[in-house]
Amino acid sequence: MAQITYREALNQALREELERDERVFIMGEEVGYFGGAFKVTDGLLAVYGEKRVRDTPIAELTIVGAGVGAAMGGLKPIVELMTINFGLLAMDQIVNHAAKIHYMFGGHAKVPLVIRAPQGAGHQLGAQHSQSLEAYFLHCPGLLVAIPATPADAKGLLKSCIRQDNPVIFLEHESLYGVKGDVPEGEYLTPLGQASVLREGKDITIVSYSKCVYDAVAAAEALENEGVDAEVIDLRTLNPLDTATVVESVRKTGKAMVVYEGWRTGGAGAEIAAQIYEAAFDHLDAPVERVATLDTPIPYNARLEKAALPGAADIVKIAERMV
Amino acid sequence: MALEREKHIAERALLTMTETQLLDLYRRMVLIRRFEDKVAEMYSRGKITGFCHLYAGEEAVAVGAISALYDKDYVLSTYREHGHCLAKGASPRAVMAELFGKATGLSRGHGGSMHLFDGELRFMGGYAIVGGGLPLAAGLGLAVRYKEEPQVVCCFFGDGALPQGAFHEALNMASLWKLPVIFICENNFYGMGTLVQNAICQEELYKFAEPYKMPGVRVDGMDVLAVHAATLEAAARAREGEGPSLIEAMTYRFRGHSMSDPAEYRSKREERIWQERDPIKHLRRKLIQDGRANDARLAAIETEVAAAIDDAVKFAEESPEPALDTLGKHVYIDADGAE
Repeated sequence: MAQITYREALNQALREELERDERVFIMGEEVGYFGGAFKVTDGLLAVYGEKRVRDTPIAELTIVGAGVGAAMGGLKPIVELMTINFGLLAMDQIVNHAAKIHYMFGGHAKVPLVIRAPQGAGHQLGAQHSQSLEAYFLHCPGLLVAIPATPADAKGLLKSCIRQDNPVIFLEHESLYGVKGDVPEGEYLTPLGQASVLREGKDITIVSYSKCVYDAVAAAEALENEGVDAEVIDLRTLNPLDTATVVESVRKTGKAMVVYEGWRTGGAGAEIAAQIYEAAFDHLDAPVERVATLDTPIPYNARLEKAALPGAADIVKIAERMV
Repeated sequence: MALEREKHIAERALLTMTETQLLDLYRRMVLIRRFEDKVAEMYSRGKITGFCHLYAGEEAVAVGAISALYDKDYVLSTYREHGHCLAKGASPRAVMAELFGKATGLSRGHGGSMHLFDGELRFMGGYAIVGGGLPLAAGLGLAVRYKEEPQVVCCFFGDGALPQGAFHEALNMASLWKLPVIFICENNFYGMGTLVQNAICQEELYKFAEPYKMPGVRVDGMDVLAVHAATLEAAARAREGEGPSLIEAMTYRFRGHSMSDPAEYRSKREERIWQERDPIKHLRRKLIQDGRANDARLAAIETEVAAAIDDAVKFAEESPEPALDTLGKHVYIDADGAE
């Protein structure tokens, strides 16, 4: 198995799906000649041409809307939003159109559309370039939400998303593009709605996704030295949400913590915590904890930014208090 | 003035159309008018609920434009889309049943008045966010080009959509990529209750075509032949790969914005002037004057349409409600294509 980066894994998935299905095409700002703002689509234009790797004007609402229309017209568009922050301009097309069309037309229309977008903080990009907005999409029925942490899942989930028929928001973390990992070559699909247990443990369940998974694993290792045996679960997709794996773990450990980079209030962690309470209340020995971003816009100053975001040290501190 | 040129083209259309075509235009317009009148009646009787925007008065736009298209061409519309959907060939039964919220409706009772859809007929939906359909039209046009098919996409929207970003973004994209889209603005002078000139700096809306480098024409939207002729021209251009066009059809809705709007912002005099320009009466007069149809033939069409509408109401009344267990269906499509 090859060790490649998260970025390369995504590029490989795109390449393989472009090769596999003539209906698949990529469209977005700077995806062609520039190679993608984060170089995820690098090299694809040279192989597949402008028809299938299409640069667009800066017009997020219509980039996504055209993706929805093209999907209704029988294609399988992969739309790249340069970052999820800009995707807010496209919320009407995402929420009112992409997510509704199948349902409000009685199941007669479908929108097989993948919307890829980087998100996340950590690069001192300030309040408008550092958000993690997965909760907005998780809240909306009709949208799938995939949010890979590892290079292998980046590839496997993206391929699975491209092959299914629902609109999906595919969220990549800006800090993960350079992260290396083992990625199977060729055909490799990660099923949607199956969490992965990255580390087994009996004392506490740490549920996470995206970049925070790495903090969770680091924290679990630190906790091990103190004799605390933490189980780490990477959800991989938020919709569908693999509640079963989480609940099974919590029944074993009796304690749960959700770690995520969205804001603490109204974040995905609140939903996951609620589902744990509903399904495993009797097994809990402590309230479910949320380790998340402070309820503030992300500041520019490096020290302040770091303090706003959840990290391994926060996880360790709270876990110690819980066990 | 653009209108004069269009009038000339309309006259030519009248001469070149066969009797069958002309009668079909008449039948479709009468069908929409009678349908909408019946909907208003059913609404006041509580059989139809929710928001309901009627198309009475504007029939020449939908019928004129859609009759200039092929069956496989795509049509998108707004929340005022009963007319476009019927003009594209939808069954009055299925449309009425949808308005009644019944399982036999076009959208299985899940859409309602504002969300009709018929994929077979390539009626690609009514969208209830002002301007929301325009980006979709660009995307459908992109799909047509991608697959190297000969179709065009005809996208209807109101004057109220012009100030929206979606209008400008979609026109730019469609022109930039030479997409086969016909943008048809139904200018009925009011976005809900706000006059066009109070909503947009350029009230000659067809002039927005110029900065987006596409042809723009203003046509008499009360004249079905004028709309037909303008659409034919735009469609031919789109099919040739020359890109989109903008048509501004000057029209008037005979009723309020929706069933709950008495339209008190309009004067009775203004309404009377436009009632006198009724597109159906206009075509009727023209056909008889030019000896293309006689009164008996047109009356027969009217009777036939009235029967079809009564049948649609009966069908809708007798149709079952959607089962409660369909509530959670069609939210997602499973991997195997199942719901």
